[in-house]
Amino acid sequence: MVVAAFSDFMQQVVSGLASGGIYALLALALVIIHRSTGVINFAQGEMATLSAYIAWTLTVNHGWSYWPAFAATLAISFGGGVGIHRVVIRPVERGSVLRIVIVTIGLLVAINGFVIWEWGGEPQQLQSPFGTDTYSVGGVVVAAHDIGTIVVALGIVLLLWILFQFTKVGLAIRAAAVNPEEARLVGVRVTWMLALGWGLAATLGAVAGMLTAPTVGLDPQMMQAVLIYAFAAAVLGGIDSPIGAVVGGLLLGVLLNMLSYLSQYSAFGWFTEELRLPAALLIILVVLVVKPSGLFGRPEVKRV
Amino acid sequence: MTTLLELDQVGARYGPVQALHDVSLTVREGEVVAVLGANGAGKTTTLRAISGTVSRSGTIELEGKAVRGGPEAAAKSGIAHVPEGRGTFVDLTVLENLKLGAYTRRDRSVKADITRIAEYFPWMTERGGQRAGTLSGGEQQMLALGRALMGRPRLLLLDEPSLGLAPMIVREFFRIVRELNEKEGLTVLVVEQDARIALKASKRAYVLEVGRVALTGSSDELRGDESIRKSYLGY
Repeated sequence: MVVAAFSDFMQQVVSGLASGGIYALLALALVIIHRSTGVINFAQGEMATLSAYIAWTLTVNHGWSYWPAFAATLAISFGGGVGIHRVVIRPVERGSVLRIVIVTIGLLVAINGFVIWEWGGEPQQLQSPFGTDTYSVGGVVVAAHDIGTIVVALGIVLLLWILFQFTKVGLAIRAAAVNPEEARLVGVRVTWMLALGWGLAATLGAVAGMLTAPTVGLDPQMMQAVLIYAFAAAVLGGIDSPIGAVVGGLLLGVLLNMLSYLSQYSAFGWFTEELRLPAALLIILVVLVVKPSGLFGRPEVKRV
Repeated sequence: MTTLLELDQVGARYGPVQALHDVSLTVREGEVVAVLGANGAGKTTTLRAISGTVSRSGTIELEGKAVRGGPEAAAKSGIAHVPEGRGTFVDLTVLENLKLGAYTRRDRSVKADITRIAEYFPWMTERGGQRAGTLSGGEQQMLALGRALMGRPRLLLLDEPSLGLAPMIVREFFRIVRELNEKEGLTVLVVEQDARIALKASKRAYVLEVGRVALTGSSDELRGDESIRKSYLGY
């Protein structure tokens, strides 16, 4: 009985880490853009959905095998992100942040409309590259897709960290995001660095979208809830902290699964699936009230 | 000495406001030149015109070649601009700040240059991983100078380095600038409100008044003339 309860518990932890990895990727995308523009990119989820549809088209309609389609989708998404910055965001970047917010909401609606127009509203099935196998590790049953998701998410986070921490272009992107005028004085082409940031965010979203679709089904609305979870993860970790976004995402994934797990006990029976989103929103609210800088963010310090 | 920088009838404006009317000045290779004047005389704008951070008219030439485009182009052509109010990347570490200073360089001796620059600022070696925002004002100003040097500039532009710093630190800062000038032949154009210290550190000076050059001369000359000191330099 106790053993069964423990393996049940561990199962929830593993699947929580898998969904948490996806929240982390999308939260990281939000953080990258927030650092450079000061706004939340409301279209981040729809951009990810579009990427997942591109992967689906490549594999189903064009007969590509999964990993080439995966790589191609990342490249297309990167280019798309750069393009969105150059064409849509850059013209409004100098105004108030409200203008950028409105533009990203417009993008959300436009991309969602495009996806429905191009592929219809019917749910489709995007295959998982990891198959539908399950393994039993010491009595804990884990899905191959969950393990694959965790590995890919952490791998991408690691690559991104290396890029930002150890390369010249990564340093330039960071400099351009936090201090554009100084960056120009040392010769950094700031607008291109911001565009690269959008490209990276779109690429992260693409991974999140492609990993989400196999479990929830590919449909035009599939990333809308995930985006809320990513908001919660980013706020929890500290909206300007990349590490915070990752930790916040994983933590949120496990936390929400724990609540579902507890719901099997009568005292928590009231916590049903429908309460997952409200729980995420509650987390956003509590963090913003109690510790606005999140777990890893620095309190805002203004130079006088 | 050959001419390094030449400004001919340079004007500059912020939107509808003409901040600079007609500034002509020359900086020769290996010189330290000061630009003095009251608040709003156009000192900072003169530097901004040179580094391309303000829209300008007239001609600016570095080594006989016209300086055009924005600050990225200026940085590439060898102009290092240390703006007013420190000018460091506060969220980045000391080492990252220095590396960014070498952004336009393609050679492989960046690491060696960090070591060389740390000889002027020994504390930077131990504190390379510290965030620039947590440094004291004086250390940030030194870091801004170190970062500018990392680009191996032909010309260093310093905007009000003394602002908000204790007199002792200001003296130390200018001592290092003088040492760089004497040892490495670094050419410097420095804007200062504190005329006394700027005249001591420089060889020649220009005095600006409402966006125009009011007078120019050797720093010793200007320092020695009491009427100039009283009416233009305020000490």
